[in-house]
Amino acid sequence: MARAESDLRVGRDSGGVMGWIKDRFPLESLLKDHITEYYASKNLNIWYVFGVLSMVVLVIQLLTGIFLTMNYKPSAAEAFASVEYIMRDVEFGWLIRYMHSTGASAFFIVVYLHMFRAMLYGSYRKPRELVWLIGMLIFVVLMAEAFFGYLLPWGQMSYWGAQVIVSLFGAIPGIGEPLVDFIRGDFSISDITLNRFFALHVIALPLALIMLIAVHILALHEVGSNNPDGIEIKEKKDANGVPLDGIAFHPFHTSKDLVAIVVFMAAFFAVVFFAPEMNGYFLEHANFDPADRLVTPEHIAPVWYFTPFYAILRAVPSKLFGVILMGAAVVLPAFLPWLDKSPVKSVRYKGMITRIALGAFVVSFLALGYLGIQPATDLYTALARFFTAIYFAFFLLMPVWSKMDDTKPVPERVVYHA
Amino acid sequence: MTDNVMTDQTTTDDMDASRRRFISIATAGAGAVATGLFAVPFLGSLKPSARAQALGAPVQINIESLQPGQVARAQWRGRTVYVVRRDEDMLERVAKMEPQLADPGSAASDQPEYAVNEFRSVKPEVLVVFGQCTHLGCAPAPRFDVQPADLGSEWFGGFFCACHGSKFDMAGRVLAGVPAPKNLEVPPYRFVGESVIEVGTDTGAA
Repeated sequence: MARAESDLRVGRDSGGVMGWIKDRFPLESLLKDHITEYYASKNLNIWYVFGVLSMVVLVIQLLTGIFLTMNYKPSAAEAFASVEYIMRDVEFGWLIRYMHSTGASAFFIVVYLHMFRAMLYGSYRKPRELVWLIGMLIFVVLMAEAFFGYLLPWGQMSYWGAQVIVSLFGAIPGIGEPLVDFIRGDFSISDITLNRFFALHVIALPLALIMLIAVHILALHEVGSNNPDGIEIKEKKDANGVPLDGIAFHPFHTSKDLVAIVVFMAAFFAVVFFAPEMNGYFLEHANFDPADRLVTPEHIAPVWYFTPFYAILRAVPSKLFGVILMGAAVVLPAFLPWLDKSPVKSVRYKGMITRIALGAFVVSFLALGYLGIQPATDLYTALARFFTAIYFAFFLLMPVWSKMDDTKPVPERVVYHA
Repeated sequence: MTDNVMTDQTTTDDMDASRRRFISIATAGAGAVATGLFAVPFLGSLKPSARAQALGAPVQINIESLQPGQVARAQWRGRTVYVVRRDEDMLERVAKMEPQLADPGSAASDQPEYAVNEFRSVKPEVLVVFGQCTHLGCAPAPRFDVQPADLGSEWFGGFFCACHGSKFDMAGRVLAGVPAPKNLEVPPYRFVGESVIEVGTDTGAA
């Protein structure tokens, strides 16, 4: 770098287009730091592909989103018809829209798996707390992005889903009702609301998302990626300062990621082509009716990726505490770095208690997801309360059970597991 | 000479330190205030606009042809208003569910003064409420049937919100143990004729 600067000063170029750029922009060092000389553990397994896959989905959403806005009309009078216009009259409009709607669900699938990977291998533990916190922020922004986007088709479920979610803020004592009017910009979900949700969905939140993802990756590359053994590979380096267990992100990890991308794309387009509605789970049946403010659909449920939290909301027989508990369920994972008191990071070297607790957490999350889709009968409400208790116990009792658990000795160097 | 310069330099730095700190804090403070003021028009633009507020003008509903057990739906300020004609039998059923109610006297609920009574209405036979669940704003379905299979033997007619299972009686009063915290809200309204209701104004009420 120092040499390049002095070369520039005396008017000598480093040669070629790359040389010309190099003398004026830190392209080479950026590529080295983040791609060709970023070392991640050589034993990363399949759980480590979901970060890259979420980037792939982000690109799909941005690309298809831009093309959808070219034909979509963000007004209460025209929105529903413009979506049908895209589906029927715009060449390949159906494909672009189905990619976008399937992409929304795909985003949450890969992000949930990406987050669970961190829970399995303790990727949120020191020194990666900030990576985890930024990730949680990305998750919350993603939920907002999905929520705002869901109003845009202006179908029955769009309308009533927005009505219910915006009303949640009305539970806040004192400022609740004025705050709800402020969010809607009207006394009900209306054309005004649709217009501002559109602005947030296509400009504000995507910008925030992209910047947060950049910060997430910068923070990760500062501390280095975790691995299934939860070992800090930076502690054992060779003479050149390269971690002994590390291999470069490119070309090694990228070639593994390419395989994952191909498999993912096959699955993604299988859904886009053969089951874009996913039997009402990706595109809900009620949303094929235009929004009607006089009639609430018989059965109203959010899209599947919100249902675990929605089930928690419904499980509480009080408006305010239901909202508080649902908010807590979203925010609690952010505290994982400080709740986990185990001396080891990875589940590989943790004992039976952790395995049972993680299992119970997964079961409760999936069960709540299922219950959130179902109508609120007495039996289902009782079950939702039971699984809500397990969900919260997992996090709130973690300082206790993670300390009680037996641990195995962690090896010096990473190991391969078949 | 070099020493002198160094000394002068050090002295100047020391002198400046507190001033610089003051200037830094003052600049940051002014910047924060300016940012706050700058946010006012942007946040203000998000409030319900003049047009949105103007659309809150009163609406009239003619209920001449409304039969007992029927629900007329109207819009006021973008919110749905239910008008229900109740016959003698339905009014009797209001008292039957009283033990199950969370707020039978409507003390903790929102309604005009003239709707704080047994039937929560100006005229007992005409119920006017917002068709908006006080939980999260779904439209509760009219379920005026008695003891149906899905709502149980304690049900003597009312409104059922399928979203989260909130239940209200024939006077829009909420049952205890459901997510909705309050009785269905009653809008300001008055009778401008024998069978014409004006919602949104209540001057010369009842």
